[in-house]
Formats: sequence, C-alpha cells, structure tokens
Amino acid sequence: MAVEAQVPYQEAIEVHHPHSWVTKYWFSQDHKVIAIQYGITAIGVGLVALVLSALMRLQLGFPDTFDFIDPEAYYQFITMHGMIMVIYLLTALLLGGFGNYLIPLMCGARDMVFPFVNMISYHVYFLSVIVLLASYFVPGGPTGAGWTLYPPQAILEGTPGVDWGILTMLGSLAIFIVAFTMGGLNYVTTILQARTRGMTLMRMPLSVWGIFIATVLGLLAFPALFVSAIMMLLDKTIGTSFFMPAISSMGETLDYSGGSPLLFQHLFWFFGHPEVYIVALPAFGIVSDLISTHARKNIFGYRMMVWAIVAIGVLSFIVWAHHMYVSGMHPWFGFFFATTTLIIAVPTAIKVYNWTLTLWRANIHLTVPMLFAIAFVITFVMGGITGLFLGNVIVDVPLSDTYFVVAHFHMVMGVSPILVIFGAIYHWYPKMTGKMLNDTLGHIHFWVTFLGTYIIYYPMHYLGFVGVPRRYFANGEMAIIDSSVEMLNQTITVAALIVGIFQAVFIWNLIYSYFRGKDSGHNPWKATTLEWQTPETPPRHGNWEDKKLPTVHRWAYDYSVPGEEDDFVPQTVPQKAVQAEPQSAT
Amino acid sequence: MAEATGWRNLQVVDDWAADVEVFRGVPWGKAMMWIFLLSDTFIFTCFLTAYMTVRMTTAEPWPNPSEVFALEAFGVPVPLLLIAIMTFILITSSGTMAMAVNMGYRRRRGPAALLMVITALLGASFVGMQAFEWTKLITDEGVRPWGNPMGAPQFGSTFFMITGFHGLHVSAGVVYLAVVAWRVWRGRYEKQGYDIVEITGLYWHFVDLVWVFIFAFFYLW
Repeated sequence: MAVEAQVPYQEAIEVHHPHSWVTKYWFSQDHKVIAIQYGITAIGVGLVALVLSALMRLQLGFPDTFDFIDPEAYYQFITMHGMIMVIYLLTALLLGGFGNYLIPLMCGARDMVFPFVNMISYHVYFLSVIVLLASYFVPGGPTGAGWTLYPPQAILEGTPGVDWGILTMLGSLAIFIVAFTMGGLNYVTTILQARTRGMTLMRMPLSVWGIFIATVLGLLAFPALFVSAIMMLLDKTIGTSFFMPAISSMGETLDYSGGSPLLFQHLFWFFGHPEVYIVALPAFGIVSDLISTHARKNIFGYRMMVWAIVAIGVLSFIVWAHHMYVSGMHPWFGFFFATTTLIIAVPTAIKVYNWTLTLWRANIHLTVPMLFAIAFVITFVMGGITGLFLGNVIVDVPLSDTYFVVAHFHMVMGVSPILVIFGAIYHWYPKMTGKMLNDTLGHIHFWVTFLGTYIIYYPMHYLGFVGVPRRYFANGEMAIIDSSVEMLNQTITVAALIVGIFQAVFIWNLIYSYFRGKDSGHNPWKATTLEWQTPETPPRHGNWEDKKLPTVHRWAYDYSVPGEEDDFVPQTVPQKAVQAEPQSAT
Repeated sequence: MAEATGWRNLQVVDDWAADVEVFRGVPWGKAMMWIFLLSDTFIFTCFLTAYMTVRMTTAEPWPNPSEVFALEAFGVPVPLLLIAIMTFILITSSGTMAMAVNMGYRRRRGPAALLMVITALLGASFVGMQAFEWTKLITDEGVRPWGNPMGAPQFGSTFFMITGFHGLHVSAGVVYLAVVAWRVWRGRYEKQGYDIVEITGLYWHFVDLVWVFIFAFFYLW
C-alpha cells in the first residue's frame, strides 16, 4: 500500500528576501549565492596553492638556480600547498560549493533548512582562509612542518614558522572545522528532512548521495583534527605535553615529558583518511551524473552505486593506520589495516565497473564535461591501482616517503577530483549563469590538463621506484639516485609549469563566457535531474514557483527510454498511467 | 500523488526509501541537533581517548584523584565530595529540563520557562563550583597545565582541557537555555509549537551525559 503523500515543509515557506546589495551578494542566505561565494574563495586560494607548487617544481627541476627558494621557503611551500589543496580548496569547493548549490536544487527544496547558519558558515570559512593566508605576513612566515604537522618537529626550533606560522595554521584549521560543521549540518539535514514529494532516497541523483555521505564523514572525522589542533596549540603555547615526549632540541633539554607523538598521528589520520573520501565521494557522485547524462544512458547499477558509496564511507573509518606502517606499529596492526584497506578496493571497483558499463554501447557525446568525466575514470583507476601497492605493508615499507607516494595520492585525490570539479563546472555553469562556457577554450583546457597531468605524475612513479625521497629540498649527490632522475625532474617541472599556466585559459573562459557566452536556455544538456527543470535560469531565490514544489515521479536516470519521444525524461514527468509493468520485479 | 506500481508500493520499500523525510514528523531542528550531538560525541571521545593514551604513555606516577579532589568536611577529608555535589546538581538539572519539555508540549509556557530558568541556574551553579574546584587546584595544590607537584604533568593538562571544554559546553547551554526560556515566556513559539524546548533539552542532556563519562574516566579511575 502506498504511503500517503507527505507535504514538504518548505512548500509554502517564504524565503528571506534580500533588500540591499549587501544582503544579496555578500550576506546572502540564498544557497546558490553562498555556493558561488564558496566556489570563488576556494578557487582563489587554490590558485595560491598552484603557484606554490610551481615554485616547488622550479626548485626540484632546477636546483641551485633560484636564490629566493631556500630550504625553509621550500618546506613552507610544501606545507601550505598540501593543506590548501586538501582542505581549503577540495573540501570547501566540493561540499561548500557544489554541496550548497546542488543539494536544494536536486532534492527539490527551496533552500537549506537553516539558511542563516549556512550563511555564517561561509563567512567563518572566509575567516579561516584569511587566518591561513596571514601566515605569510607573520614573523617567520608560515609553518614548514609538512601538511601532516607531525609533532614533535612541528613545534620545535628548526622547523620554519615555529613561532607564529604553526599557530595561524592550527587556528585556521579549528576555524575551518567550525565553518564546515555549520555547513555540514545543513547539508545532511536538508537531504534527510527537506526533499520534495516523490524524491525518495533511492531516487536521489548520485551527486547528492556522494555529497551526503561525504558530509557525514566530515562531521565525524573533523572532530579528531579539531581535538589534535587544540592539543597542539596547548603544547605550543602553554607548554603542556600531550604530544611531546621528554626531548632535547638544539642541545637543550626541554620541559616536555611523557607525551605521545604517536597519539597525534592516530588522531590526525583518523581524520586524514576519511578526508580522502570526503573529497572522493562527491567526485564519485558527480561523475556518475556527468557520465550518465552525456552518454544518454541510465547509470549502470544505481543501487550498487549507492551502497558502494555507503560502504566506502563506513570502511574509511577503519583504515587510518595504513598511513603509519613505518611508525613502528605492531605487525598485527599492520595486518589488520592492510586487510581493511584492500577491502575498500571492492566497492571502489564496483563503481569503476559501473561507470565503464554505463559507457558501454552508450550514445556518448564527447562534450567537455564528458571528456573530463572519462579522464577522471582513467586517472582514478591509475591512482587506485597504486593504492593497492601502498596498502600492503610489505610493499609500502620500501616505497614509503618516496615519490611513488606523491604520485599515488596526487593521481587519486589530486588530479581525479580536480578533473571532476572541472567537468562539473563546465556542466553546471549554464545553470549558474545562463551562459555556456566556450567549447574551444574548454577543449584546449581539457587536453593540456589531462595529458599534462600524465607527464607530471607518471614519471614520479619511476622516481619512487628508484628511491627518490619525497619532501627533500634537493637531492644533491645522493649515491642511490640514478642520473636519469635529473632530466625527469626537469621534464616534470616544464610540464607542471605549462599545465599551471594553461589554467588561465579556464579562468578566462569563466569570465569571458559570463559576459559573452552563448545563452544556454534552461536545459542545454537535456538532463533529467531537478535542477534543470527550474522555472528560471539561473534559478531565483526560492528556486521554484511560489507555494508549489515540483513533484518527482521517477529516478534521475531515465535516458533513452524505449518508446519515449525524447531521449530523456525529466524526473518531474509522471509515469505513463497504463503500462504493463512486470510485477515479478519484486 | 505518488504512483503505485511495481515494487515501489510495498510498505517496507517506501519506508526505507523515505519520501520527503527520513524521520517522519520530526522537525528538522531536532534532526539537526541530533546530528550535531553525534559530531560533538566524536570530539569528546577523541579528548577522552587522548587522555587515556597519555595516561598510559607518561612515565611519572598518576596522582590519586581521591586525594587530589578530596574536600575537608567536619575535619575529615571526604574524597570527591565536591564532585559528588556537582554531579548531583547536573543530574537534577536534567530532571528539571525533562519537566520543562513536558510543560512545553502541554503549552503551559509559564511553567516551561520557569523550569528552564531553574535548569539554567543549576547549570550556572555547576560552572561556579567548577570555578571553585579549579581555583582550589591551582592555588592550594599547585596544579598547572604543564606540571604539578604530585606526579605526571598530563594530569593537569588533561584535567583543565577536558573539564574546561565541558565547562564551556555547560556555559553555552546556560546561555542557550536562558534565550529559549525568554522566548518561550514571550510566547514566540505559540504558532510553531514547542519542539524547541525539547531540542534545547537534547543538548542539555547530552552535556549531562558527557559529564557522567568524564566523571567515570577522570575522577573514579
């Protein structure tokens, strides 16, 4: 028996309408404005991190050439680059940006359930970015402890930025977590309690599923980072010994005693590993929608895709110590964590197979978003396979702290999610602005980025195999290092600089198309999901018609349905009344 | 409105696939508070786990909580006397909070607001006693976050950090209760209903429950 239809509580609410320029564009409570604010801030700070990586590559490719890059500066580049990319760019853009934009539109809500807190969330995030960037203007500069910030070195003399940089970094992280929590509570609650009628959980587009589970992971994993940031701040400022054992530094015995550096590693990675999936799961979800839409075919194995996302989310909490195989842990621990790590390959492989099978004999449209989506599948398989190497203790130990690790995590959580983000921006830009992005510029951007990342990261696997250690300022005359390394490093640097510079094409495209782009209409990709069915493009504040939310009649993937006139059926179109559906499908 | 064909009209599937709301009839504020508390649980769990870890790693002896936290009453040192009173007060405040929720749903907003104010006052007195306890530890026993005369420095650092963080939660709860009590009294929730009292109560009971764990792990161990 069908359950009686419920009325979504947002059906009849009045949204908080802006009255002035400030409340419309700066202190706006509209989830779409907040999303774009998140997006612009994240891309802006991401460009800073991109410049930092270019500086690092200059040093690695051409050591002893650039006077302004000394070892201290190099470590500061590494630390800031890593932290910005992982947290302030990827997490903020995927959840704060796409999460904010897509959740209410795709679920058929007018806005987030608590728009005021959602607004505050962005401004607190903005504050955390300011505090982070302030690192460059404090005495001693930003911290150079590496993005993992391992104590004791992170707060001891000798590490760059030990006086101020580490404080701004930890403070900024704590502020970011507060911001994320405020946003994240909104995302989760909106998905759980504010969908429109007919939008059951198993009809939600996979983008929403990915963002949903990733946000849950964030709400449960960021507390560990928050706690470790507070404890390290206390160790640094008032001299507690949470993470600090009895230690002497620079010939001087310090006042610390009895703390546990390993405790920090456990807390950090209890956050750090789920963080990988906080970045990956939204990308998984979004890419599923891109592939299905641009291949004009329903996603293969929708339910499997959903449960794979859930399974990956659960498993991600019991694998963290695979980042610590060389920390001296008991071999049985290594055995346990290697097992759980390799089990994650199962749901992940299900997803890859399903993407591939969605493409199988599909009507593939090689649009720019589709190119990025296919590129993602390729780079993700690449990065995932090297993950199997590093998940095994016995293989990981010799590869630990080499460029193999750098290549692995850049492929799997650097390049892959970024490709999805690019694809997603090309895909949803028409909805955000009403204009299409320029196709030619898009193709140039795609091919340089995609091929460039291979030239950058492929050779790094080799560098790792020959034993080049990561995080070294310069390799010098190390006997173990082959002479081939030097030329490879130069090649990588040149490729990295070219790819970096070509991102300007993308930025230019965003600006140019906003003013001169072709009008997109409401649904340029002929997509089925709700956000393309809004009465206006870009959707107005409140998204839907007054007092009437859309009703959803089907799942999000009715592409190329036999017997239908168009090759897509939007979710709002009712099922045909008389249709002999086989009842045996139970 | 919704179609009724195939497997989709089976009751079980409908429930699991959750049209509109996963938790039917639950206001979003309540769902959000539960999720926030889940996240906050992880914060306190990390704090307590960290405390247990450093208690194991430190090489120096751990001070005996029964002696450190004893109070002199009628010339006899009574272990954990103040803590017992504090715990009693906090648990009592959970009782008054529960009564406030009841009154709220009965739409008796005078008693509801009054009980919330009583709850807030009990909470404030808890924070006051905590301030007294801190003062005693710092001035009389010489406990500092970075060291103390009785043994492991981690004793002071974990104590001040964890009880401090909990005390901040209680203080925030007192403010939260006061604001909601004022609004209940003014009749602001007459139209939308009194779920807000229960939501405030969820937070308050959570803070109370966390105290039980801190009490067990820190004072009794």
